[in-house]
Amino acid sequence: MTPTISLDNVSMVFGSGTDAVKALEDIDLAVQPGEFVSLIGPSGCGKSTMLRVIGDLISPTEGIPHVNGKSPHQARLDRDYGMVFQSATLLDWRTVLENVALPLEIMGVDRPERDATGRRMLDLVQLDGFANHYPWQLSGGMQQRVSIARALSFQPSILLMDEPFGALDEMTRERMQMELLRIWEETETTVLFVTHSIAEAVFLSTRVIVMSPRPGRIVDHIDIDLPQPRGFDTREHQRFFELITVVREALRAIENESP
Amino acid sequence: MNHRTRSILSFLGIVASLAVIWEGYKWMGQTTGGTWPYTTVRLPIRTNARSMPHLWDIAESLFQPARRGGEDILLVILLRSAWFTFRSAAGGFLVGSAFGFGLGILFVRSSIAERGLMPYVVASQTVPVIAIAPILVIWGGRLGLPQAVQVAVIAAYLAFFPVAINTLRGLRSPAATATELLRSYAASPAQQLWKLQVPAALPFLFPALRIAATASIIGAIVGELPAGLSRGLGRAILGFASSFSSAPEKLFASVAVSALVGILFVGLVALVERSVVPPNRRVTVDAERPLA
Repeated sequence: MTPTISLDNVSMVFGSGTDAVKALEDIDLAVQPGEFVSLIGPSGCGKSTMLRVIGDLISPTEGIPHVNGKSPHQARLDRDYGMVFQSATLLDWRTVLENVALPLEIMGVDRPERDATGRRMLDLVQLDGFANHYPWQLSGGMQQRVSIARALSFQPSILLMDEPFGALDEMTRERMQMELLRIWEETETTVLFVTHSIAEAVFLSTRVIVMSPRPGRIVDHIDIDLPQPRGFDTREHQRFFELITVVREALRAIENESP
Repeated sequence: MNHRTRSILSFLGIVASLAVIWEGYKWMGQTTGGTWPYTTVRLPIRTNARSMPHLWDIAESLFQPARRGGEDILLVILLRSAWFTFRSAAGGFLVGSAFGFGLGILFVRSSIAERGLMPYVVASQTVPVIAIAPILVIWGGRLGLPQAVQVAVIAAYLAFFPVAINTLRGLRSPAATATELLRSYAASPAQQLWKLQVPAALPFLFPALRIAATASIIGAIVGELPAGLSRGLGRAILGFASSFSSAPEKLFASVAVSALVGILFVGLVALVERSVVPPNRRVTVDAERPLA
């Protein structure tokens, strides 16, 4: 089975000469179809950079990434990615439905079809009834749901999510995590998820990748063998706490290494 | 009381207060003999009928024949001139704004063009229009352009600058993530422009258009002078300025009418803005004021 995402010896250097910063060093990674992989690590460990390399927002200085067996550039042109950032980044002159349908509009899908798809996506994130609202009329959590609906609207095979719930309060965050898992099961997409939260990474993922900073490196792969589907009782599972400890210790090991 | 009546009332209130200040100052000067009360310090502006005619004299002059033995009253003459000037200004405004908008797009798409041309764009506005107007008129005459069109070109010359600057600013206003998002959908450069940058620029564009509206009126008025036009507000102002000592109220009246034209023009732009940009998207922009 070809991996959905594979990185071989990928390095990324920003700047040059003495100012050069090695953001990623010798990254090897393979993500299988349908996996939910979280990237976790201290600030500056290059997890967002890695996401951006895979999403063809930047090109690595070394190494060859493959996405669905293609170059990231080709994968982007083929619209293999749905992206979700920490800020919802909705266009405030467009209604919620027009925001969700924006990728389809760019792809040249005609109006009736993209409206229908947009409404289906709003159902999926439980925002039916808000189609004709404007972004500023929604709460932060609702805005982020719209941005997830938008990312899913064109049925990309991969979701790249950069701390999508980072700006939300704890209650909203937990609800959004549940919704994301439900969507992930329904749509069978492959998810690459950047987060700062250990509990979030363990709860959501099938695998957690621990990264260390300066230069950004992968130091550990932790398989999350919690039963699927996950639910509210997952957070009370004995194994859940054990895995949180495993991830935490992996992160602490990095701290002890670096001066 | 709704928002509209309140703004109309406050506008009328300000007009009334200004009138009271004008007449009050005048009355004070007349009473004290031209000094601040209880001092010998002279007032900065004289309060006699020549320096500061009574407002009712100014108003009255509007309804009297402009010239001895003339048929038309001053108001009719000024409105006719204003209409003539407004047409040149509006033409210049449209052409200048379109040019400024295009320049903004060019600059945002090509940093080479921006670096190469921006100094000239800025320099164009530091040259006083009084200097540039005769040149444009001579060139326009050579090309056989009608005089009203020559005036419009001068109006456009002043109008394009604020629009170009603010368009550029507005086109650059989308967040980096928004640009990356469109990139991730493999949007073409044209789609980036029309689906993201131009809509984002609209709130920046309108304050510039309001400035361009007033600038185009100024450009048209000033441009009429070297164009040697016998019609238009510029001509009228020049004429009444030369007879200022005998009939100062006519000059004041023509200034008032010129100001009114500018206010109406800006109001017209604001009206369009209201239908295009929703209130929550309006931004305040300290747009560069062009030099007349």
